[in-house]
Amino acid sequence: MTQHPFLALTDSDRDEMLSTIGIGSVEELFRDLPAAVRFGRELDLEPALSEQEVFAHVAALAERNADASRELSFLGAGMYDHYVPAVVDAILQRGELLTAYTPYQPEMSQGVLQAIFEYQTAVCELTGMDVSNASGYDGTSVAADACYVAKHATGRDKVVVTEATNPQVRQVVKTFAVGFGLEVVEVPHRGGTTDPNELERAASDAAAVIFQQPNFFGCLEPAPDLVAVATDAGALPVAHVDLLSLGVLEAPGRYGAALAIGEGQAAGNFPSFGGPNYGFLAARQEFIRRMPGRIVGETVDTAGERGYVLTLQTREQHIRREKATSNITTNQTLLALGGVIYLTWLGPQGLRELGETCLSLAAHAKQRLEERAGLEQVFASQTTFKEFAVRVGRNAREVVAAARERGVHPGYALGRDYEGMDDVLLVAVTERRTPEEIDRLADVLAEVSG
Amino acid sequence: MKLIYEKSQAGRRASALPRYENLPAAPELPEELRRAKPARLPEVPEFELVRHFTELSTRNFGVDTGFYPLGSCTMKYNPRINERLAALPGFARLHPLQDEEGAQGALELMWRLQEILAEVTGLDAVSLQPAAGSQGELTGLLLVRAYFAARGERKERRKVVIPDTAHGTNPASVTMAGYEVTPVRTDARGNIDVDDLRGKVDEHTAALMLTNPSTLGLFDENIEEITRIFHGVGALMYYDGANLNAVCGISRPGDMGFDIVHINLHKTFSQPHGGGGPGGGPIAVRDTLEPFLPVPAVVRRDDGGFGLDYDRPQTIGKVRGFTGPFGVFVRSYAFLRMWGPRLREMSEVAVLNANYVLARLKDAYDLPFDRLCMHEFVVSARSLKKQHGCTALDVAKRLMDYGFHPPTIYFPLIVPEALMVEPTETETKETLDAFCDALLAIAREAGEEPELLKEAPHRQPVKRLDEVRAAKQPVVKYGFGEHPQPDSEPAQAATKAPSGV
Repeated sequence: MTQHPFLALTDSDRDEMLSTIGIGSVEELFRDLPAAVRFGRELDLEPALSEQEVFAHVAALAERNADASRELSFLGAGMYDHYVPAVVDAILQRGELLTAYTPYQPEMSQGVLQAIFEYQTAVCELTGMDVSNASGYDGTSVAADACYVAKHATGRDKVVVTEATNPQVRQVVKTFAVGFGLEVVEVPHRGGTTDPNELERAASDAAAVIFQQPNFFGCLEPAPDLVAVATDAGALPVAHVDLLSLGVLEAPGRYGAALAIGEGQAAGNFPSFGGPNYGFLAARQEFIRRMPGRIVGETVDTAGERGYVLTLQTREQHIRREKATSNITTNQTLLALGGVIYLTWLGPQGLRELGETCLSLAAHAKQRLEERAGLEQVFASQTTFKEFAVRVGRNAREVVAAARERGVHPGYALGRDYEGMDDVLLVAVTERRTPEEIDRLADVLAEVSG
Repeated sequence: MKLIYEKSQAGRRASALPRYENLPAAPELPEELRRAKPARLPEVPEFELVRHFTELSTRNFGVDTGFYPLGSCTMKYNPRINERLAALPGFARLHPLQDEEGAQGALELMWRLQEILAEVTGLDAVSLQPAAGSQGELTGLLLVRAYFAARGERKERRKVVIPDTAHGTNPASVTMAGYEVTPVRTDARGNIDVDDLRGKVDEHTAALMLTNPSTLGLFDENIEEITRIFHGVGALMYYDGANLNAVCGISRPGDMGFDIVHINLHKTFSQPHGGGGPGGGPIAVRDTLEPFLPVPAVVRRDDGGFGLDYDRPQTIGKVRGFTGPFGVFVRSYAFLRMWGPRLREMSEVAVLNANYVLARLKDAYDLPFDRLCMHEFVVSARSLKKQHGCTALDVAKRLMDYGFHPPTIYFPLIVPEALMVEPTETETKETLDAFCDALLAIAREAGEEPELLKEAPHRQPVKRLDEVRAAKQPVVKYGFGEHPQPDSEPAQAATKAPSGV
């Protein structure tokens, strides 16, 4: 058999190595394996492909997907088609960063450590928090992490999540709450946002109150009021936010949230059919020793020079084991690195402009959908960011199918998650959608709506 | 080196965004929701951004830079073709909520990957959803809970047995799943102490979590008896797949008796580790556990197409958004297709490389268990410490001077001054020899010139860092005008905590 390109040993290498080991064959290396558990046949897999062949095969699979370069898409609902600048790809493909692991040996990992420190700073600046971890898996898992923090910080065994929070976030919280021993209570939305009075009733005895800002419908919650209600009830207010909204929307730390969490994909990652992407989790100073996951800290070396290390590791599984604040090891460092590169690219002015552009484009879209397609907003009295819900007069899934035949994916059918919303479409407008594309959406929806 | 924030000057920027004409003005935001004070993001031109992060990359070491034998982390070569494939617009720009008909290629890739992982693990059904190994563990334990709940044994089954060699994630996951840890000892040959085990497994046991080969790099010779003990009381067997690189095509967890396996796609199947992630932690299970797997399941439909099945009434729910870290699946799928049935060769070479390095080192370092190893091995610097005052940490730091990334150290916990070495199948014999020569030289240096070890590293961008100070006075973000200036207080000796798993 020809040498595999990912192997290096020649026949004479093997002979020398076996002789150094003191055995006669590779087979003998496995003598400790009981005969009954040795695999007696060849793996039933298709023959090995060359690079050229694997490219052809996998690229053909990619061709069969209707991605946002082939179809005009207004899909959002948690993942967004924002522009990812070339500098992100260029830096993330540096092998020194791409092919390193967790910076256990700080002297050899100052690059990643400093970059994470800069990421943590960006997340804290945006959210108004004191400490950020080095990333979580995604916007759903960090919500479960926040529940675990809150359970231990408060000693309570219930968490409240608003119904207007991303359904996938709620589902993941419910899955892990079983293991954490937490009850999950949902507070329904009223006309697209959460009623603080209704939240107040649910929040008593809660460890945490999780809400999303802007919420899943794109509506702006009365966040300061929700936070006040949670705080009064002794629950940790947890704001699930969109980093890219924070050029125009207030930082959760400024209105009193205990933790700010969210999905980072919009800031510097491609949607990539669901990942990899990063979740962020930031908190006020008082929770620093309860944080899940890696944290990078600044220190000095033996010469007094500044340097960076993984810190507060006594929280973590490799030291604290069953008493750890989390089991996380591998996180999403590379994607978070994409985040800090992207946020640096934007800068404060870019971030604000981006937010304003999203707001203007969405206002344009609302107008056009009403004028050209006669579509009404579901929550007309609410202020929205980036995303809004419209009634399409018939089953929204059928509208999606019909619009897709015309080359436009018009948005997410909210009936998939919310009762009584079968005729509602959630339309996302990022800075990548031009006014002309929005006009096309309106024209197509005029054709296919009920 | 300066932080990007220290290079910032008001008014500079790297981005220019599109400006659309004739749009309605942005709606006025309610004052209490409007941003009062802008975030102090860096203000730099694009070329300064590129130079900054390029300079950072030069202060980092990856598999692309050189040998990285970090035990239990499987730092193998990450083929570049995988990056090209994952970046194809048909994948990278595909929205996860796209209709099934608009995502057939992606769904087919996932389905095919599931089939391959089922064959490699010897199990029946696979969910790709968990984001990393430890999330796979927690998912697996929630499957265990659901399984016993369905059998009416939820309350009785409350213990999970974990050997003292286990990764810290195992006990952490056990607690997060609402179970109690029952620790079990390792015997003189490095296997689970079966006598200790017998006394600890009963009708209250829910599961065993085992890494096999273990973190000692040893295959448990009593695996059949262990399986009998657990299955005998109706408990389940969970396989931590961190060390799967040792046994692909050689021995399958399902055939060993395991009911649930997580697979670290970033270890065995070459997803680049990314400086700490992303990973992928699919789980494979026996058919009795399939009804409990996360939703949606990726299935082949009767019409030959591929779909997402949410109709799983007994599911534990969702553990991550959408269907998992898809870009990781693209890379691992491509990798697996480039190996096919030759995966066995991959594992054989990984084991051969480890045994060769072990054979060359075992006279210079202490060997806690004198057996052939699997894909990794653990030696100890105990004698170096006793005779010359040089610790595993000193050896690790000195290795940097020779141009190698150190192995995992101080883990597993049962071996004092542990050095855990995993060469993987990547590497030429020349590299392995250079690494062995370095470790042998370091052992000599410990006797002749111990300062060389204790003051190492000598050629990295920084010298040893004060981890105690970092933890006692945490500075976890840039403080702008109030940022502490480094003083010249000498750093404390670095802490001896497990580093590398």
